[in-house]
Amino acid sequence: MSVFEGFRFRHVTSLIHRLDPRVKFLYVLAMFVVAIIFTEFLPLVVLFFLQIPFVIVAGVKREWLRSLRGAVFLVTMIFVFNFVFGYFYHTYPTGAALLEYSLAMALRFLVLVESFSVFFLTTSPDHLSLALEQSHVPYEFTFAFTTAVRFVPVLAEEAQTIMDAQKARGLELERGNFLKRVRNYIPILIPLIVSAIRRSLELAEAMESRAWGATKKRTNLYVLKMRLGDVVLIVLSIILIVVGVYVHYYVSIPPLSRFLPPLSF
Amino acid sequence: MIEVKDIYFTYPTGVEALKGVSLNIGDGEFVAVMGQNGAGKTTLVKHFNGLLKSAKGVVLVDGVCTRDVSVAKLARKVGFVFQNPDHQLFSETVEEEIAFALRNFGFDQATIEKRVTWALNLLDLTEYRKTSPFMLSGGERKRVALASVLAWDPSVVILDEPTIGQDHRQKENLRQFIVQLNGQGKTVVVVTHDVEFVAECNPRVVLMTAGKVVADGEAKKILTDTNLALTASIVPPQITQIFLGLKDLGLPSDVIDVSESKKILLDYLGAAKH
Repeated sequence: MSVFEGFRFRHVTSLIHRLDPRVKFLYVLAMFVVAIIFTEFLPLVVLFFLQIPFVIVAGVKREWLRSLRGAVFLVTMIFVFNFVFGYFYHTYPTGAALLEYSLAMALRFLVLVESFSVFFLTTSPDHLSLALEQSHVPYEFTFAFTTAVRFVPVLAEEAQTIMDAQKARGLELERGNFLKRVRNYIPILIPLIVSAIRRSLELAEAMESRAWGATKKRTNLYVLKMRLGDVVLIVLSIILIVVGVYVHYYVSIPPLSRFLPPLSF
Repeated sequence: MIEVKDIYFTYPTGVEALKGVSLNIGDGEFVAVMGQNGAGKTTLVKHFNGLLKSAKGVVLVDGVCTRDVSVAKLARKVGFVFQNPDHQLFSETVEEEIAFALRNFGFDQATIEKRVTWALNLLDLTEYRKTSPFMLSGGERKRVALASVLAWDPSVVILDEPTIGQDHRQKENLRQFIVQLNGQGKTVVVVTHDVEFVAECNPRVVLMTAGKVVADGEAKKILTDTNLALTASIVPPQITQIFLGLKDLGLPSDVIDVSESKKILLDYLGAAKH
């Protein structure tokens, strides 16, 4: 569950926390787009370090590091798959180029995790739903979304209890070959799904008995307003995209191998 | 049977659930662990089958340190029935549900059949053998959960809040059942804050507050101690409350049993008549 920990919002405030969630989302999108257009290693390194000031200003270093640590497994998988397939299909002329490409792909994923992690760590679910609502997303969707986010920790806790209950009945999750191990999770998943469905039905009844959806037009106590910091972040995001696109089309990025001694495979 | 030596436990969230608990539970004893919510009752009993391992101190089950063996191995000796049966039911039929643990423990097919039939019979579930556990009522699901643990005949049975959500009759059946299990020589540990239930069972009571054991002894002594009740925020049984109120008449105040109280009151009234 350590990956989820790295995305769970905690109630602290900072300059970054107070930013308009819509603007923060724009920043995440900008980061996403720029990370996707590059397949070279160097620009992705730049993108990776570009975000660290945000993390420090927001004061979420520990949680952020945890989310990165949680992503290590997937990052390794991405690297290994790219390298292995690239090697067998001869997509890249030299071993060094292939290595760089695989590293870049792994790092790209890390950059994405990094930006999403900053976003979720600094945006409360309330803020998020407010942003969705004031972007004219229908309230039903907004509500479903925030409820889903809010229930993740609840479900995680429940999963732990279920695991304990089945372990107490002699279930050994780590035993057997790969298939058997996957099958070991059936006694965990079924109660989890059943109880999630039960819980959602109960929630629906409780909501209806409190007149959910009675008024079509909702008003909000808090209204999102753009401030100076938001404008700065918008400008920064636009600069990021413009620079990213410019570099991608007009600047030739030197391969990493130029700075390293030659490798042979 | 279970020896707990000065254990401490802190959850990853930083909550210190146990702060130095020591306890000995003998073979065939009947123990009720009581205390308010968050006192550490469930945390403590989760150490008995190794689900939780203490940061400091040791827990020995039959002389074996719980840190050295897997939960599955300990579970063979220590059966744990969770509070909510919905956290464990997953099979298509009640029969399969009960057989699940037996398969995990590697019993052969003939023994599994025999044990399943025995457990179904024990908890009056034979008619539901082929029913989906999800189709049963709350009380029945609870009985299936109990049967699925008793099926492998563990020598210690831990029940976490067994009385929650049970109506009066089910509770009474459960009480008789637990007393009977204990009578057959099983060690029974019940986690509960149901004072009346404990008063009727009359087990040894371990009272916990804020991660520590504050009292340990006969139910009769602990449930009638008003000072203890205050610190552990439990309310004495209703019978005891009556006798506490009648203290000025010279009646004893350490009464938790209905028939005993009846006898005392009749004696008192008889003496008053003469």
